[in-house]
Amino acid sequence: MAEGWNIKQAEVHGMSQRGGDVQSNLRLSTEPIASDLIAKGGADIIISLEPMEALRYLSYLKKDGWVVTSNVPFINIPNYPAEEELNAHLAALPHCVSLNVEQLAKDAGAPQQAANMVLLGAAIPMLDIEFEKIEAGIRRIFARKGEEVIEKNLAAVRAGYENSIKK
Amino acid sequence: MRKLLLGDEAIAQAAIDSGLSGVYAYPGTPSTEITEFIQLREEKRGDAQNPIFCRWATNEKTAMEGALGMSYMGKRALVCMKHVGMNVAADPFVNSAMTGVNGGLVVVAADDPSMHSSQNEQDSRFYGKFALMPIFEPSNQQEAYEMTRAAFELSEAFKLPVLMRVTTRMAHSRAVVEVTDEPRKQNEINRPEDVRSWILLPAFAKKRYLKLLEQQDDLLKAAVESKFNWYKKGENPAKGVITTGIAYNYYMENCADCNERSVLKISQYPLPVALIEKMVEDGAKEILVMEEGQPVVEEMVRAIVPSTVEVKGRLTGDLPRVGELNPDSVRKSLGMAALENLEADDIVVARPPALCQGCGHRDMYKALNEVAAEYENPRIFGDIGCYTLGALPPFQALHACVEMGASITMAKGASDAGQFPSFAVIGDSTFTHSGMTGLLDCVNSNANVVVVISDNLTTGMTGGQNSAGTGKIEDICRGVGVHPDHVRVVVPLPKNMEEIKNTIREEIEYKGVSVIIPRRECIQTAKRHAKARAAAAAKNE
Repeated sequence: MAEGWNIKQAEVHGMSQRGGDVQSNLRLSTEPIASDLIAKGGADIIISLEPMEALRYLSYLKKDGWVVTSNVPFINIPNYPAEEELNAHLAALPHCVSLNVEQLAKDAGAPQQAANMVLLGAAIPMLDIEFEKIEAGIRRIFARKGEEVIEKNLAAVRAGYENSIKK
Repeated sequence: MRKLLLGDEAIAQAAIDSGLSGVYAYPGTPSTEITEFIQLREEKRGDAQNPIFCRWATNEKTAMEGALGMSYMGKRALVCMKHVGMNVAADPFVNSAMTGVNGGLVVVAADDPSMHSSQNEQDSRFYGKFALMPIFEPSNQQEAYEMTRAAFELSEAFKLPVLMRVTTRMAHSRAVVEVTDEPRKQNEINRPEDVRSWILLPAFAKKRYLKLLEQQDDLLKAAVESKFNWYKKGENPAKGVITTGIAYNYYMENCADCNERSVLKISQYPLPVALIEKMVEDGAKEILVMEEGQPVVEEMVRAIVPSTVEVKGRLTGDLPRVGELNPDSVRKSLGMAALENLEADDIVVARPPALCQGCGHRDMYKALNEVAAEYENPRIFGDIGCYTLGALPPFQALHACVEMGASITMAKGASDAGQFPSFAVIGDSTFTHSGMTGLLDCVNSNANVVVVISDNLTTGMTGGQNSAGTGKIEDICRGVGVHPDHVRVVVPLPKNMEEIKNTIREEIEYKGVSVIIPRRECIQTAKRHAKARAAAAAKNE
């Protein structure tokens, strides 16, 4: 918004939330955006906090699109696939960054809840947005929470960013 | 001023900027955020001048009637509900077109095609048409903002309510919206001069109905001239597309640069017939109708165009008969190839929604299932809320679930037919919404039912809004005539399992109306409250 870009973000609320699969479609463009929903084969990146959920929406990804995901499974169903098999599927993707975002958050001195910030950091190289702009955004969002919160969030973002590029 | 707003929030902001005096609503996905946006703003403003009334109503009918009363006084009112709430509000809704309004009155119905969080796909435009009311159906968040403002103006110009119909993707999608820096003031009190139009005795109502019918021509003219409806002739006018509401976006997503087809974008009803006739005059031989929900416009277009014109849409299978539209289904209907994509991965398994770990409904279902299993053919009639998830594994407790309040009255009807034991499971908010009157039916015929009011002190499924009956449930049950000895309260925790089961057993064996109230705060709101308390304590230190 600060850059004057257009945004559309479709969310899931209500019955569909309670422990079920939840996704959000986010579209960013310098051009006007028509649809709130992304077409199959229209997504540049799938960002996921859970490895199986990352794969759930593969058909929405472009052929040369990226998957950026946490590799820590959330198992609340009896028939969750075997972890090795899941990791093999992720590794077989054309473009995938799979990280233990919770551990990276902790290692960076941020709380585990900052795992989403690690994931954001890991997605920056594919987002076509400069790191500095993301940093400025985080400073703005957390400005009221004080310098310590800002620094911890930035440390988490940096951890994701650095580990993403390494791969 | 530019703001990032959900469609719901854009409507709320527009209502505020239009001089709103009261919002009347019962929570329901995907409409809830409209009222919440206004409540949050009022909370932040504190004891400011000209407050906006924004307390949740007990149900959609009381909401609609409250708003009509506000409008009667000359002030502007907004009513919000999900599509099935329209069924509950139908009586005052339809009759509000008969009385007409005084202050501007806008009714928002948020439809849920694809049933993301609902039990059906009903299309609220039928209600608007049925009630002879103008209908607005914005195509994007900016239009939602502008159309809400226009709806209040139209409502006061015609002295009629306006139905604003949105769908899930409009309601729950965020976009940047340009909003005014100069909000309009609220109306002053201005009681109606002639009360006869507000008294729907047959003698007066007959005159009002003729007046309402007379207004239809002017409403049609307004729709044809509306800036929200427009027609553009294509380079190949033999082909035409009609879009309504957000279907326009899916068309534009695929055809932003193609000028082949003639396009008619519809966002305001009654259906602008003259614009459809123009499309036919320009040579349309094939018209593809894209609309979110049921084929309302498609059926009407069939009746308008000559039989030589082929009308395509949901009825012909060119678009799916059920579910919401999306860029892919619209793309296919236009004869375009799908985009190249990765294949779905079959390692992925379903992750159905479930009751939260630690939720009191879980303990209630465990006890109920175990006791019910002691009987040969128990029936448990469920209701609408988080606890509807008790129908899924691991509990699979429910034998029916239809609509708000039906648990109690269906359990009664089944008992009348000879069912024993006959249980109803209903939440506290659903009980006050539509269960209380059914309980009176039970009492009046001394029905042999066990009504479980699973009280989590909130409206859980929609995110934890205040529940109208909190602190009053026992009084209500005793008040409608349930014997005080058979209004039983238990605390649904694993450690109380034997006590809960014994209570259920005793009430099954009582030949009459029993109410059992398992009461424990929703763990989601409990977490939130604990956090708020901790923050308050930290502040005081």
